[in-house]
Amino acid sequence: MLDILHRYWTLLLVGSWPNGPLGGFAATLILAGAGILISFPLAIGLGMARVSPLSLFRWPATVWVYTFRGIPLIMIIFWAYFVVPAMTGFKVPPFGTALCAIVVYESAFLAEIVRAGLNGLPPGQIEAARSIGLSYGQAMRHVILPQALVNMIPSLVNQFVSTIKATSIVYIIGVEEVTFAAMQVNSVEMTRALPTFLVLAGYYFVACASLTYAAHRIEMYIARRRVQPAGQKPIVADAVEVAG
Amino acid sequence: MIEFVAVEKWYGDYHALQAVSGRVELGEVVVVCGPSGSGKSTLIRTINRLEPIQGGTIRIQGHDIHAPGRDINELRAGIGFVFQQFNLFPHLSTRENVMLSPMKVAGMSRKDAAELADALLTKVGLAHKIDAMPSNLSGGQQQRVAIARALAQRPPLILFDEPTSALDPEMVGEVLAVMKQLAGEGMTMMVVTHEMGFAREVADRIWFMDAGQILEDAVPEAFFTAPRHPRAQKFLADILQPRSGAPVA
Repeated sequence: MLDILHRYWTLLLVGSWPNGPLGGFAATLILAGAGILISFPLAIGLGMARVSPLSLFRWPATVWVYTFRGIPLIMIIFWAYFVVPAMTGFKVPPFGTALCAIVVYESAFLAEIVRAGLNGLPPGQIEAARSIGLSYGQAMRHVILPQALVNMIPSLVNQFVSTIKATSIVYIIGVEEVTFAAMQVNSVEMTRALPTFLVLAGYYFVACASLTYAAHRIEMYIARRRVQPAGQKPIVADAVEVAG
Repeated sequence: MIEFVAVEKWYGDYHALQAVSGRVELGEVVVVCGPSGSGKSTLIRTINRLEPIQGGTIRIQGHDIHAPGRDINELRAGIGFVFQQFNLFPHLSTRENVMLSPMKVAGMSRKDAAELADALLTKVGLAHKIDAMPSNLSGGQQQRVAIARALAQRPPLILFDEPTSALDPEMVGEVLAVMKQLAGEGMTMMVVTHEMGFAREVADRIWFMDAGQILEDAVPEAFFTAPRHPRAQKFLADILQPRSGAPVA
């Protein structure tokens, strides 16, 4: 296994870069990172729309969430790969296709986390915020979201971890990320599938475990800043492990 | 100041407010009392539109507050509201809780809002807790911060929805003392409470509610010594001299 790592670590890490396009684990992280960065703000909007009193916002968001939560990611990737070029006439590069699919898929899941976070606050918070004269938007921005987002951290990290791993299936449309690189290694080595994929698992594990650990530290920091009443332990999500 | 005209409120099939009419004058302190479920909290929550109404009119300084097109944020900015559960914002310090409305609604600078917050927190006796987080305060202290937060809106009117009901008995006095001080300064107040001592001492008038109606509107002296309505008589008998073993209203 170590010889695989020793021989192919650059291929697994950056693909054929700098002599070719950046690939490997770097591409995985870019895909996952961009996916999260784009889908998360989208999900905040969708989650707020899901709890909006206005059906104009609520209905489209609900349809979005039900649809994309109800379909396997691989279907969305296939559709994006075949349907989008057929409809638009443009040839979208595999990376762009994969990113769109991941954003659409993850935004639906993250929106439900946001919705749960918003619903999880006591109704007195929005009542108090509105009673001091804040508009709905101001109440969301200054009172509701700052509290809800902190409460959501464990679930969000869980979903981010799951996003990193979900990127592994985009190799099927030819995105040159780390799983794609591992498949290349496997086809070169022929009989070394087990160690090859163990090395691949190691790459994912390092990223996901680091993210979980970082989130744990952030929660501890926030819990310290917002000192809890005596006798009530700060709520820290020890339960969230690398899962998904 | 506030005028209710035949206000109707339904929760589904439940008729929570039944043709409620009444007036609160500028500078007056009106205490609303009555048994649980009588519609007291519902009534004061209709005044800043936390509860919509299905019929009738509520006017504040002559303006119909449920009229379509009425700017609800402007309306609420002019009314202080103190909740039973305090509802401080737990992610903000005491001072920031008080500063939020002056800064975001009244457009005050951070410096001016901080000065206002410090002055108001001093007024409610919490100068030493200005940088504390709400979770580090006792219930009585939290409720006093909530009163300071309401005062920061510089409202002509403050509504209190059972402000001492969630407090341990030893903390009730400190909150009532602040409310009494406000009443003395001429603040118009509407207070839902079971604190009959406060009602007797501070209120200009008492509204007794039961089953969604105002059954009695009287000055405290008359209400406590000679309640006219049989249900008011029973309520007072229960709350002032609870028989041992009998549930207190």
